[in-house]
Formats: sequence, structure tokens, C-alpha cells
Amino acid sequence: MTFLRRLLPHPYLTLLLTVTWLMLVNGWSLNSLVFGFLLGWLIPFVTRAYWPQQPRVRAPLKIIEYILVVFYDIVVANIEVARIVLFKSNANRTPAWVTIPLDLRTPEAITVLAGTITMTPGTVSADVSAEGHALLVHCLDAPNPEAVRDDIKTRYEARLKEIFE
Amino acid sequence: MDQFLEITVSVFLVVGGVFGLIGSFGLIKLNDPMSRLHGPTKASTLGLGGVLLASMLHSILAEHHVSFHEIMITLFVLLTAPITANFIAKVHIHRHETPKSLPDAGSDKLWATHDIVPDDRATDEA
Repeated sequence: MTFLRRLLPHPYLTLLLTVTWLMLVNGWSLNSLVFGFLLGWLIPFVTRAYWPQQPRVRAPLKIIEYILVVFYDIVVANIEVARIVLFKSNANRTPAWVTIPLDLRTPEAITVLAGTITMTPGTVSADVSAEGHALLVHCLDAPNPEAVRDDIKTRYEARLKEIFE
Repeated sequence: MDQFLEITVSVFLVVGGVFGLIGSFGLIKLNDPMSRLHGPTKASTLGLGGVLLASMLHSILAEHHVSFHEIMITLFVLLTAPITANFIAKVHIHRHETPKSLPDAGSDKLWATHDIVPDDRATDEA
């Protein structure tokens, strides 16, 4: 087991990279499968110093729900931002910084949350606090910053907590 | 059927183009650096998404083969756009914000960009 762990430090990453390679080749052949697997083995092996522990996923099925929620929100976000850009004057817009205290602890979960915040309605994640206990988020138009914070916490963070922790 | 397909693909292309244009327009219209970040990170996502959907529909229905490249492009954009935005935001915080001009960082006192060793700050300003 330990030998296998040392040889394949991140089996899921290897699988993901192999599938990515096959999709990049855009076709199926034994050649590309073998080469994809070689890359999938080599890349985690070379970069293993940066992945000290294996990220754990508690509820894999929840990921599908999360992706659907995020995709829906991205479409809404686009229309919302387009509306603000086109029809709202700069004087009427109230940009704001919002602090989001984090309940998430694992770096992977926080990374996904920060990425999601950037892709969804009127918010860009700008920074993390010195010890990683809060996220700094910039809002394009937030008359009510508390509502934005509560929305992010209930809509994304609660779901990510179920998935990762 | 052919005409229906062409209309669908065109609709996606036009929607994609319009959102891409609005995203770029946002860069000009919005009036502070942090707000300008919102234009390219969002409006362009759907802009690109529209074009990719059109490309996918066309390759499946007209050329009768499934192309995975569009899925890969979507994935890579979703992974890289937040990181680019984050880098630009960090540069902005580094150069134009002070710990006082940002909201409270809670129990950690400082945001990571401001949490630098005093020596580094000295050489930075010199």
C-alpha cells in the first residue's frame, strides 16, 4: 500500500489528467491512452511536493448539484452584470468591499469557493485573510452588503462544506 | 431541419457576441479599477460560452462527430479566469489600498496581501 501510494501519490489526479489528455487529443486510441496515463502519472509525481495531503471528497454526488447551481448562477450573473453595465449610471452604483468569514478549513474547498465567487453575480474574490479565516470580496453593486455575505454563505459555502468536510 | 440547425447555431453565436461586446464595453464604462474587473470576468464567460455551444452544436449535428475541445476550453476558462482576476485584484490592493481602507479582516487582523515582513516592505519602497 505504501509502495503504491509512493508510486501513485494522487490516483484521482492521475485519472483526471489521463481523461483530460484523451479529450485534448479528441479521439480514442491505445497510443493516446498510454501517453495520457504516462503524463497523468508523471505530473502528480513531479509536483507532489506542492500537494502534501490528498484532498478528500466526502459526498461526490453533491458535486453534480453544486456544478448545476453554479452554472445557473453564471448565466444569471452575466445577465445581471450586463444590465448594470448598460443601464445603471456610475453614480447610482454602490460598489463595496465585503468580508466573508469562512467556516471552511481545507485549502481546496476555499479555492473552489473563491473561484465560484468570482464567476457569479457581481462579486470578485480579491484576497484571503492572513491566516485564511476570511475572504475579501468586491461587489459591483451592493446596496446591502450583509445580504451578499449571507447569500454566499448559504448558497455556496454550506454546499462545499458538505462536499469537502 | 438544416435551416432550424443554422438558426440555432446563429442564435448562440449572436448571444455570445453580444455578451462579449458588453463585457468589453464594461471595461470602458465602469469608473474604478476594481469594478472594471467585473466586466471581463463575467460578461465574457457567457460570451465565450455562447460561441462554444454554437461550435459544439455544429460539430455534433452538421459534421456528426462529438468534439471534446469545447468542454476543455470551458473548463480551462472556468479555472483560469478567477485566478487572473485574483492577481489583478491583489496588485490593486498592494498598490492602492491600505489596511485601513479595506474592511476588517476579522480575527486575522490583516489581509494576506498586506501581511508582509517589514523588511520586504522597506526594499519594496526603496
